[in-house]
Amino acid sequence: MALSANDFTFLANFVKNSTAIVLTPDKDYLVESRLNPVARRVGVASITDLVSKLRANPTINSEVGSMVAEAMTTNETYFFRDVKPFDVLKSELIPKIIERKGADRTLNIWSAACSSGQEAYSIAMVIKEHFPMLSSWRIRIVGTDISRAMVERTKEGIFSQIEINRGLPAPLLVKYFTKAGSEWKIKSDLTSMVEASVMNLAGNWPMLPRMDIVFLRNVLIYFDLQTKRAILEKVNKVLVPGGALLLGGSETTMNVSNDFDRITSGNTFYYRSKGGPQLPPSTPPVSRVPYVAPRGNAF
Amino acid sequence: MALAMVIDDSSATRMILARILGELGYTVEKAENGADALHKLSKMSRPELILIDWNMPVMNGYEFLVKARSMPEYDNVTMMMVTTETEIEQVLKALEAGANEYVMKPFTKDIIDEKLSLLGLGAR
Ligand SMILES: C[S@@+](CC[C@H](N)C(=O)[O-])C[C@H]1O[C@@H](n2cnc3c(N)ncnc32)[C@H](O)[C@@H]1O
Repeated sequence: MALSANDFTFLANFVKNSTAIVLTPDKDYLVESRLNPVARRVGVASITDLVSKLRANPTINSEVGSMVAEAMTTNETYFFRDVKPFDVLKSELIPKIIERKGADRTLNIWSAACSSGQEAYSIAMVIKEHFPMLSSWRIRIVGTDISRAMVERTKEGIFSQIEINRGLPAPLLVKYFTKAGSEWKIKSDLTSMVEASVMNLAGNWPMLPRMDIVFLRNVLIYFDLQTKRAILEKVNKVLVPGGALLLGGSETTMNVSNDFDRITSGNTFYYRSKGGPQLPPSTPPVSRVPYVAPRGNAF
Repeated sequence: MALAMVIDDSSATRMILARILGELGYTVEKAENGADALHKLSKMSRPELILIDWNMPVMNGYEFLVKARSMPEYDNVTMMMVTTETEIEQVLKALEAGANEYVMKPFTKDIIDEKLSLLGLGAR
């Protein structure tokens, strides 16, 4: 049954208020196809009934509210998505951090809007494969997403055959995954590098470690300009001065934020925080042991 | 235009893969099994990319891979398995024999494109 204009407006407002995702009226087909399964799970006959239930308790903290909000997120993701950001990570960002940090051997990378975790684990694989000298560093790859189900998946690190087919180089599949039935489990030395928690980018942010690199990809597209501005402003504060920001292929800081420089690297680019107002560091300083580069390394 | 070859004993799969590669900018030659492929390769210019099914009559994809990798003129040809074999041992065996990538069936255009992008051979 088609959604009434009134119900659509209510839903769009609810979704905007709880997730910042903007649903324009042309998205009614999307709303219906996403909410029909929710209605079935909740055990009501139609989306209209589902909306009535939600009207009675219109908060994302209710069971129905969280199911509706999660259903409106698009979780499309895959390993090494767009390839280039991971090339930049390997060829420029991590080597520069190693050079710059010296004694402070910590590396914090944030996969904001991590979905089922492919981005976070792609980052972990780049580090494992190419930076064995970081094995003595304190590395935190922090995945966050508004969807509880996606955060759970990121923690588990279990992927379907279709998911491991997407963007994951076969040599890394055989090296870092084990097969369990028809599913593929990522090995514990990678899951131990990744932590995941629920976080609404458009809400109040929890305390986060100061980030060296932020992957914020394919999520700003769902928000309005005001929300994008507010998020980028906070991202700039979470980043260390000069820290790197990677956005999705169709996203830009242009006309949204002046806090970043666009840096060309090879045949691609990333954004670099100009610095600006900073949060106090939330991680305690580590002991001052000089970093000795292993011999035979390229940089 | 870049040249590719698809080796699969199913004519439907050959057609689908050829269409996908066509959309990604390749001219595609098709072969029904490893032996057919070797024969056709000997008479055409060298392709940039070969997609190889595993289980085929006459000469299977693994045998083809080993044979083709023993021929220096195909050193720079990218070879990707596209197969229903999904055990880690098979993937490893194919990689050791010189496969550059490995796709498990069923596949989609996105899956093929994403794998080719990893090899620097995405949509051209
Ligand atoms: C298309 S995925 C992107 C995943 C990954 N970053 C990538 O580029 O492949 C978008 C993700 O953003 C999440 N998301 C949507 N709104 C959000 C919000 N307000 N706060 C945090 N995450 C949100 C969704 O749950 C979804 O998993």
